[in-house]
Amino acid sequence: MNMAIIATGLVKNFGSARALDGLDLAVAAGEVHGFLGPNGAGKSTTLRILLGLLKADSGAVTVLGGNPWTDAVELHRRMAYVPGDVALWPSLTGGEVIDLLGRLRGGLNPTRRKDLLDRFDLDPTKKTRAYSKGNRQKVALIAALASDVELLLLDEPTAGLDPLMESSFREYIREERVQGRTVLLSSHILAEAEALSDRVSIIRNGRIVETGSLAQMRHVTRTSLTATLRGVPDGFTGLPGLHNLAVDGTTLTCEVDAVALDGLLSRLASIGVVSLSCQPPTLEDLFLRHYASTTTS
Amino acid sequence: MIGVAGTRALIRLALRRDRVLLPVWVVVMVGMTAATSSAGRDLFTTVTSRIDAAAAINGSPSFVAMLGRIYDPTSLGNTSLIKLTTFGAATLGVVASMLVVRHTRREEENGRLELLGAAVVGRQAALAAALIVTLGTMLVIGALTSLALVATGLPTGGAWAFGMAWAATGMTFAAIAAVAAQLTMSARSANAIALGSLGLFYALRAIGDTVGTADEPAIWSWLSPIGWGQQVRAFAGDRVGVLGYPIGATVVILAVAFVLASRRDLGAGLLPDRAGAPMAPPSLTTPLGLAWRLQRGPFLGWVVGYLMLGFLTGNLAASVGSFASTDQLRDLIRRLGGTQVLTDAFVAYMFGFTACLTAAYSITVALRLRAEEESGLAEQMLATSVHRRTWLASHVTIAVGGATVLSLVAGLSAGIANAMRTGVGSDVAGAVAASVVYLPAIWVITGLAVALFGYLPRASSSAWGVLVAIFLLDELGALLGLPVWARDLSPFAHIPRLPGNAMTWTPLVILTALALGLLAAGVLRFRRRDLTTA
Ligand SMILES: Nc1ncnc2c1ncn2[C@@H]1O[C@H](COP(=O)(O)OP(=O)(O)O)[C@@H](O)[C@H]1O
Ligand SMILES: [Mg+2]
Repeated sequence: MNMAIIATGLVKNFGSARALDGLDLAVAAGEVHGFLGPNGAGKSTTLRILLGLLKADSGAVTVLGGNPWTDAVELHRRMAYVPGDVALWPSLTGGEVIDLLGRLRGGLNPTRRKDLLDRFDLDPTKKTRAYSKGNRQKVALIAALASDVELLLLDEPTAGLDPLMESSFREYIREERVQGRTVLLSSHILAEAEALSDRVSIIRNGRIVETGSLAQMRHVTRTSLTATLRGVPDGFTGLPGLHNLAVDGTTLTCEVDAVALDGLLSRLASIGVVSLSCQPPTLEDLFLRHYASTTTS
Repeated sequence: MIGVAGTRALIRLALRRDRVLLPVWVVVMVGMTAATSSAGRDLFTTVTSRIDAAAAINGSPSFVAMLGRIYDPTSLGNTSLIKLTTFGAATLGVVASMLVVRHTRREEENGRLELLGAAVVGRQAALAAALIVTLGTMLVIGALTSLALVATGLPTGGAWAFGMAWAATGMTFAAIAAVAAQLTMSARSANAIALGSLGLFYALRAIGDTVGTADEPAIWSWLSPIGWGQQVRAFAGDRVGVLGYPIGATVVILAVAFVLASRRDLGAGLLPDRAGAPMAPPSLTTPLGLAWRLQRGPFLGWVVGYLMLGFLTGNLAASVGSFASTDQLRDLIRRLGGTQVLTDAFVAYMFGFTACLTAAYSITVALRLRAEEESGLAEQMLATSVHRRTWLASHVTIAVGGATVLSLVAGLSAGIANAMRTGVGSDVAGAVAASVVYLPAIWVITGLAVALFGYLPRASSSAWGVLVAIFLLDELGALLGLPVWARDLSPFAHIPRLPGNAMTWTPLVILTALALGLLAAGVLRFRRRDLTTA
């Protein structure tokens, strides 16, 4: 497989605090790779090292076949970056910043620029100081997505977007993948990574704790579910894949492994469902399961 | 009505952020006054010497326009402090305006207030905190200045009138800046409004003082907060009742600021932002193009200021000879080497002062590098295919090029103004030379700022401390009797004072080499270090 990013054993200290502690990351060319981790895990630090903005204390990095610290300028022609906290020059308009960043990267595609402005519903004539956080983020996203680059590094790109814009963004990323671009997308929201990524790497305290497709990680994810039924639920106790079951009259609460979800739902339907609420697995759950499974095995 | 919850926390935050800046301003203002006052005490030992000096100043319209009038020529305090009365009040006006904007609109623009607003902070808390800190600073500077004047032997009543006139003027401009911060969306525009009004009020009183009589200025001076401070007439009647004007104005303008603040949304201004270009012009394609776009507004403002400063220098130089109003003075001047010598010394002094200002300009431009790095803008630039050295060079080009153009403007404007008064054409080249001869020293200071940015990014702003130290060394080094080696630490000490002295190339070459060395060191280090934010 052709690799867009290979990082091995990255260590980065800020004073006495260790931000990265032997991080390994591999992103294949053409995939959308989710980079998942809670706040402070080291996602932004990793992306900055991949861009050559920070120098790793030890470890090796290759991005698009080059060394980001020594070949930054050449590599940057082939990649685009959207920082987590987008700062813009306050006296410039959004349109001016998009053009400026695009030109500095080596040019941007005017058709795509126009299309993105429409899709993200951004007024390019406003001074950027008048923009909200979400609109600032859109400026950086449009500048990045409208460039003809091979690799996109996106640091929590949807943090300030409203749900409508978030779905525009997802749609666009799916199209990017079809075009064969590689995307590394950091996030602390499992659902977002799940919706977009071919594979994810999960980072915690500066190390990767798990890499693979989310389907492969299903063994460690559980959905929480509460159902009110037409009859009293019997015979659920001891079903495989069901955990923390509680029954209160006609109301059933439990956690269920992804593999057992199908079976559970048909059983519930056969009794008759009055109301049903589900909570998709969160990153925190995933960590809990992960640590539970590694300590028991 | 007023949401001021959290003011106390914001005051603590402001004092912490400005824990270096505020004491530096206090020391500079109080130190300058004490030094000037004790120098005056040694200089004007007799009443006649004061009357002579006062007659010279009051007799020159240019001096009256720049400094104001001496209302009691026999008064030691009035005569020896005339250099500072108006100039110092205006400086405090600048300090107060910048402080208020820094802690209100700048914070809002950066979105930091939005963060704080989510915590328990009232709508007016930021404004209240900024004003309490600023007005407090003005009062502290005023009070310590008064005490310093008493300590140098001046009468207590006059000393307090002087200090409080300064404080009250500063407070009025704090209030004006508070209104400006409500009007615009950008801190830069708010500063421009506040400082623009300061310039206007300075000019108003210049007109009022020059067209007025020896006893009373024309009405224009009474329309200006700076004029009010002068009309307190410290050491020349001590009319403390006049302090009612600036204090009353401060109260009224502050009330307006709070009403405006309560009527607008966080982040919004009352003056609308005009719609701009939907696409970038072709000039916005390179880092240098961007740097010029960001810096051109302030630069053009500086050019206008330098045209006026040069004009003033040229005009004053033409009238240096006419100050000699008494036989004694004329005799003294003859013994010192004639009018030409005095004029040359004056011109050299003015260009030395101008060079310090130019160095300040180049520091503001060079430190933009750090501001862009801190805010994350540099990160965005350097994540595109821009070399670190190209980005750094873009701002340094404007710092060095801008300082060079400003020096030329000051010299040309002074030379032309002087030639128009005296009719001697060849003076223009001489004035330009006298101004640009300082450039190597200015470049050294620019280089130092860049080296600091490379090696100690978090301490970049200490370039200002270095400039203040250099300024004090130049202004007070001789007065305080500092040894030559200490005074030689200032790069300006090695510049040949033109006109009137021989041109020496060696120090200029050495200073230029030093500047290049500092620049190169800064660039090399920056290419090898991490980008740091906040
Ligand atoms: N410039 C810096 N100086 C000191 N500590 C830093 C710096 N940048 C990041 N850190 C620390 O490194 C850790 C990882 O931060 P970061 O990479 O920003 O995490 P994430 O993006 O996953 O939220 C955090 O503990 C953070 O406080
Ligand atoms: Mg982050």
